[in-house]
Amino acid sequence: MTETKPEYEKPLPAITELNAPFWDGTRQGELRLQACSACGHRWFPAAARCPQCLSTDYRWTAASGRGRVWSWIVMHQRYFKSFEADLPYKVILVELDEGPLITGAMADAAAEVRCDLPVRVTFEAATEGVSIPKFVPA
Amino acid sequence: MSDIPTEIRDRTAIVGIGGTDFGALYRERDASRSQYDLAAQAFVAALADAGLSKTAIDGLICVRVPDYQRLAAMLGLHSLHLVNSLEGTGRMAGVALQYAVTAIVTGQADTVAVVYGNNGRSASAQYGGGFDSSSPAAYEAMYGMTSPGASVALMYRRHQHEFGTTDDALAAVALNNRKNGALNDKAVYQQPITRDDYFKSRYIAEPLRLFDYCIINDGGVAFIVTRADRARDLRQPPAYVAATYSATELTNFYAVRDYFYGACQDVAKRLYPAAGISPSDVDCLQVYDNFTPTVLFSLEGFDHCPRGESGSWVQDGRIELGGELPVNTSGGHTAESYMQGFGLTIEAVRQVRGQAGARQVPDCEVVQYICASPIVNAHILHA
Repeated sequence: MTETKPEYEKPLPAITELNAPFWDGTRQGELRLQACSACGHRWFPAAARCPQCLSTDYRWTAASGRGRVWSWIVMHQRYFKSFEADLPYKVILVELDEGPLITGAMADAAAEVRCDLPVRVTFEAATEGVSIPKFVPA
Repeated sequence: MSDIPTEIRDRTAIVGIGGTDFGALYRERDASRSQYDLAAQAFVAALADAGLSKTAIDGLICVRVPDYQRLAAMLGLHSLHLVNSLEGTGRMAGVALQYAVTAIVTGQADTVAVVYGNNGRSASAQYGGGFDSSSPAAYEAMYGMTSPGASVALMYRRHQHEFGTTDDALAAVALNNRKNGALNDKAVYQQPITRDDYFKSRYIAEPLRLFDYCIINDGGVAFIVTRADRARDLRQPPAYVAATYSATELTNFYAVRDYFYGACQDVAKRLYPAAGISPSDVDCLQVYDNFTPTVLFSLEGFDHCPRGESGSWVQDGRIELGGELPVNTSGGHTAESYMQGFGLTIEAVRQVRGQAGARQVPDCEVVQYICASPIVNAHILHA
């Protein structure tokens, strides 16, 4: 008898041709962001055009994976059935060193959080093919 | 361009208002209730209030009523010069007035009805939990992050960190709304709450509690805007529009790093000079309060108090009736009704007219409306 992992029921973004490099990165333990070849701007989530200079010429490059907790909440309301067992759970909003804000969670759900806490990214396998970014104190 | 345009100052006025009985509708939930019927009911009330025949209406702006054609047909408005529907979000209450004023001043229309209908409670509207896996919101949903309230909670937590704001600030706003709601016989909640009630209410997205959240309820609101020269001959004292402006902070997410301060300042710097007033001339303030922290962000963004000091500024009855700057006199979105800015707009008109009954601000001449959201807008109305 083979053991199968229970199916992952939490929301996940659709993986598309555009954002596939991001998800390839998370699977390989790297947080990748687009970097505009024309103006150097970096953004998240994936978009086909630099929102600063409107160029469509960009590269996917590894970000430092470091940032600080801009803010955080504890969700008490059941909005997603798939998160019901986790209630109440923390959500953090991280300002990456490269500039963009990225929503996330601490890898250790019980970890203490505060605004401006320095963090670095880590990755957690959600499904066989998809790993999601989480954070640990830096 | 450094000159502040004053071409619109006092060229238009709100001359008719109509709103449903929000409390009665709340007590009797009805799954068949349609936003079209609610909007129509409010429109009829606004016409009667203005003393206008429907043939005088040549502009129709619908909000949260998706199909303007259906509503126009229901109301028998056949020869409009201006018509459209705006999305059903709170930021559109201010945008709708801005469009109505602009259309009238430029001669595109003479008399515009702005009509809003919301059957959110009866239709079980949800503000969180839904997401489109191909939208940026999916990058929040994967961590269980959802809802505008949770985004405002993120901004409020940061505001606490940056400025030392405490939950007593939110309690003051929440208590004020409920206290005012008790003077409003159309309000959903007409019972005051105590500080203790506030702190004991359950967290939704901590640090925000239940009493920081708007109600989800049913209702309709309409207001009629016309040329100032025509307004003077109508049944009600006109509420002149001295100025109205918008500015945006549109990102992929609702939370922004400056609590909409930059966009608020962008509006404030044009609004006050265009209206020919300063913030201290405002007698009564109606603030879009989908969640109580937006009142703090609005007070700071529009120079009613120094940046970062709203938390202490709202204490000691300053925002209550009888205080220095009464705020949300009909109970706002947490006590009167969540009509997404429309209930606040018609309350502003009542205050300007001196028709707010037990909650009337004495000698009220200048009323300001503010909505701090991804589209910030504000108006100055006066007698």
